[in-house]
Amino acid sequence: MQATSSVRETLITGGKTVRDVSEDISRHVENKPNRLWWIAFGFSLILFGFGFYCLAALLWDGIGLWGLNKTVGWAWDITNFVWWVGIGHAGTLISAILLLFRQKWRMSINRAAEAMTIFAVICAATFPLAHMGRLWLGFYWALPLPNTWGSLWVNFNSPLLWDVFAISTYFTVSLVFWYIGLIPDFAVIRDRATRMGHKTRAAIYNALSFGWDGAAKTWMRYESVALILAGLSTPLVLSVHTIVSFDFATSIVPGWHTTIFPPYFVAGAIFSGFAMVLTLLIVTRKVFKLEDYITIYHIELMNIIIIITGSIVGIAYITEFFVAWYGMVPAEFYAFYNRATGPYWWAYWSMMTCNVISPQLFWFKKIRTNIAATFVLSIIVNIGMWFERFVIIVTSIHRDYLPSSWSMFYPTIYDMGEYIFTFGLFFTAFFLFAKFFPVINMAEVKSIIKSSSEQKH
Amino acid sequence: MVIYESCAIGSGSQANNPLLQELPDPITKATWDHYVTISLKDAEALGIENDAEGRTQLVTITANGKSVSVAALVQPGQAPGTLGVALGYGRTNVGLVGKGIGANVYPLLTAGESLGYSITSGVKIEKTETAFQIAQTQIHQTYMGRANVVQESILSDYLSNPNEWNDKAPKITSWDKKVPPGSLSMWKGHEYKNHHWGMAIDLNTCTGCGSCVVACNVENNVALVGKEEVINRREMHWLRIDRYYSSEADVEDYQGLEKASDNPEVVFQPMLCQHCNNAPCETVCPVAATTHSTEGLNQMTYNRCIGTRYCANNCPYKVRRFNWFKYHDNQKFLQANPAMNTDLGRMVLNPDVTVRSRGVMEKCSFCAQRIQAGKLNAKKERRPVQDGEVVTACQAACSTGAIVFGDMNDPESKISKLLEIDHYMEVEKDGKVEKVFNHTIDKKIGNPRAYRVLEEIGVKPNIFYLTKIRNKDKDSKNA
Repeated sequence: MQATSSVRETLITGGKTVRDVSEDISRHVENKPNRLWWIAFGFSLILFGFGFYCLAALLWDGIGLWGLNKTVGWAWDITNFVWWVGIGHAGTLISAILLLFRQKWRMSINRAAEAMTIFAVICAATFPLAHMGRLWLGFYWALPLPNTWGSLWVNFNSPLLWDVFAISTYFTVSLVFWYIGLIPDFAVIRDRATRMGHKTRAAIYNALSFGWDGAAKTWMRYESVALILAGLSTPLVLSVHTIVSFDFATSIVPGWHTTIFPPYFVAGAIFSGFAMVLTLLIVTRKVFKLEDYITIYHIELMNIIIIITGSIVGIAYITEFFVAWYGMVPAEFYAFYNRATGPYWWAYWSMMTCNVISPQLFWFKKIRTNIAATFVLSIIVNIGMWFERFVIIVTSIHRDYLPSSWSMFYPTIYDMGEYIFTFGLFFTAFFLFAKFFPVINMAEVKSIIKSSSEQKH
Repeated sequence: MVIYESCAIGSGSQANNPLLQELPDPITKATWDHYVTISLKDAEALGIENDAEGRTQLVTITANGKSVSVAALVQPGQAPGTLGVALGYGRTNVGLVGKGIGANVYPLLTAGESLGYSITSGVKIEKTETAFQIAQTQIHQTYMGRANVVQESILSDYLSNPNEWNDKAPKITSWDKKVPPGSLSMWKGHEYKNHHWGMAIDLNTCTGCGSCVVACNVENNVALVGKEEVINRREMHWLRIDRYYSSEADVEDYQGLEKASDNPEVVFQPMLCQHCNNAPCETVCPVAATTHSTEGLNQMTYNRCIGTRYCANNCPYKVRRFNWFKYHDNQKFLQANPAMNTDLGRMVLNPDVTVRSRGVMEKCSFCAQRIQAGKLNAKKERRPVQDGEVVTACQAACSTGAIVFGDMNDPESKISKLLEIDHYMEVEKDGKVEKVFNHTIDKKIGNPRAYRVLEEIGVKPNIFYLTKIRNKDKDSKNA
């Protein structure tokens, strides 16, 4: 387990000892939050409140508050849904696939990335719920619950139903995985609280850690459970976005009906997910002074994943165009022609610039090890990925088969409000997490102190 | 300047009728609005910009010493130097619905002319800077050269080769040969042992008048939504008349195809739920709210709908309508939709049809309530349903008989004869070929003019259109 390649750079800098790790990470949970935290948290709450008002108005008056129409039945709602689900994927990739591949560099970032996954999936789930005309019935009619309506059952042919299963499975597994990982760290905080004489805190964290005793037997079980959950999560990294892409791929709308979607969506999801992890961690490491744990090397490795997935996405865009031309289906060809040159050309070219061209800058080592550049590019990538979903959804349906029904989509304040709502929800949750939970997996980081840190033996 | 009676509200006597205010003009597709039509050349000279979405400016028209202010609408095919404006708007004592719509142009009439069509000369027109948006139900002018949407031919060509379009239809490649797109399927298809309802719409006889649209609205309690919502492209019409101008551009010149030609030909295409046998809406609904009946209807169960709108996105004909708001018992829609918002108004609703609630999808039902009534009557009299007993509202309203509805399983029905359906198919049984009655969705259609819109996507609608054939013998080469 402790074999380390000589070409690997050190993962933990600053000569940290095991005690330092507990001290550095637990400090944020134990101390009062600083002013910066309060400002950020307050701002998130304002976004949340404004968004909540928009959401309430939508439920009160109807979906007509959005800018949708008879031709464009989905726009920002499903764009945002796919965007958030995609963001979540990096967390699962880091915690599951990188665990199976024994990539130690994941250890400093997996906790925050998994938290991001959970919150992103919650944000994503608000959109399929809010976009329903009759949420008060839809939230349980879309589940295969036994009922007293005779043979009335869900429609297993519908990709939307597959989404229900995919997202709920994904959420459950991610939540359990994340929580299991937190248990030993909660115990550390409990033990420190006991020593410091904070009775209430000790009791709360004792309950959260399920009375973790740190025995060798307990650790053995813990490791087995983590490995099993990693095994369960691994197919989910591929399956969730594959199923989300089926919403489009199985339809007959030109521009949606594309067999390339599953791999292209999965690559795009990991692409945007890593960009979001970078955005969050660059801020977190600064605010909580964790530069020794989340090093430039971590950032560089994530940037390399961004180049790879960004290039896959770029190839997918080009392949789509090639197939539209080569397939000789006029409606399909027009859909792609319209994407690049029609009324939404600006969205298409924003997507191309942000997703295909900008990540190529990471080929330069200077750029991919520069924190400011990485921060800016990580945001640009997520803007691009939002436009990708917007382009796929709106430019395909706004002009499909019958020109008589062609129309435009104009977002309203409520479309934006619902998006702002999820930002408020996400950051409120993330700041609460950063304050009350250990943002770095202490137990795992301690395990690599000997092999991958600058500590003198 | 030509002053004419509006197609829908006439001389103004119907200006307070919301059904007719929301009925799109056959040519301009404008609703709820008063406008002056102007040629592109004149509009350019005056600096009027009228974009595809109806955004335009008001103009001041002066004639006979009086002036009015109305919106300008650029009309393809209008002769330069002429204007056209409808009577019947700008009534001062009109009632709730027609209040404040348009301007009164009666003072501009030249005395002695007939009300229906009168010409006033010596008209002055001036552009103002006031912006205005005309609510049109269709914002794209041409059919982009898509022959799978509208099939047109000219008489001489049709006579020399009636099967012209069938020969040109796209084919798909199977293992060793090219076959018609509907002939390969992963689906088992439906069998209709009793009735198989279908419709044929003749593009030749349709005049685009829109009486079917109004009939459908009244029969099916279709909500009227008002000008703002029409601009938001949310009119609820289950049946609409698509109006397409011809274009001179080449089929691959997409930019050019968007523009109507200077003097375009016009084709009207009534478009409603096509009741597809392989309906793309049915497979995508997560709660099975839209399903297929044993008689070929695509049914919508409002009670079950949760409003994901996936069905509408996946509908290639874009005929599904979503209840964006609560259109009944909602004072916001009082002006547009008094029939659902006042006690007296509710008396005109059809008691056989549910008023839909907010958040559900709706669409043409082939007048399911009329089919049901026809079947029940026949059952009471212990006899099969006879052809002509079940008539859809649109069919009943069509003055030219362009819409024919009936049972495609009945060899004697008008629709069977019109489409020249071959009701028997050959089935191999114990080594012998037998002729059996064809109950399946794939019926052999004999009429060379019959086609289905978007045939190649394989959704197999139960509505057939008959190719539009123009008689242009004078300029045809063969004549």
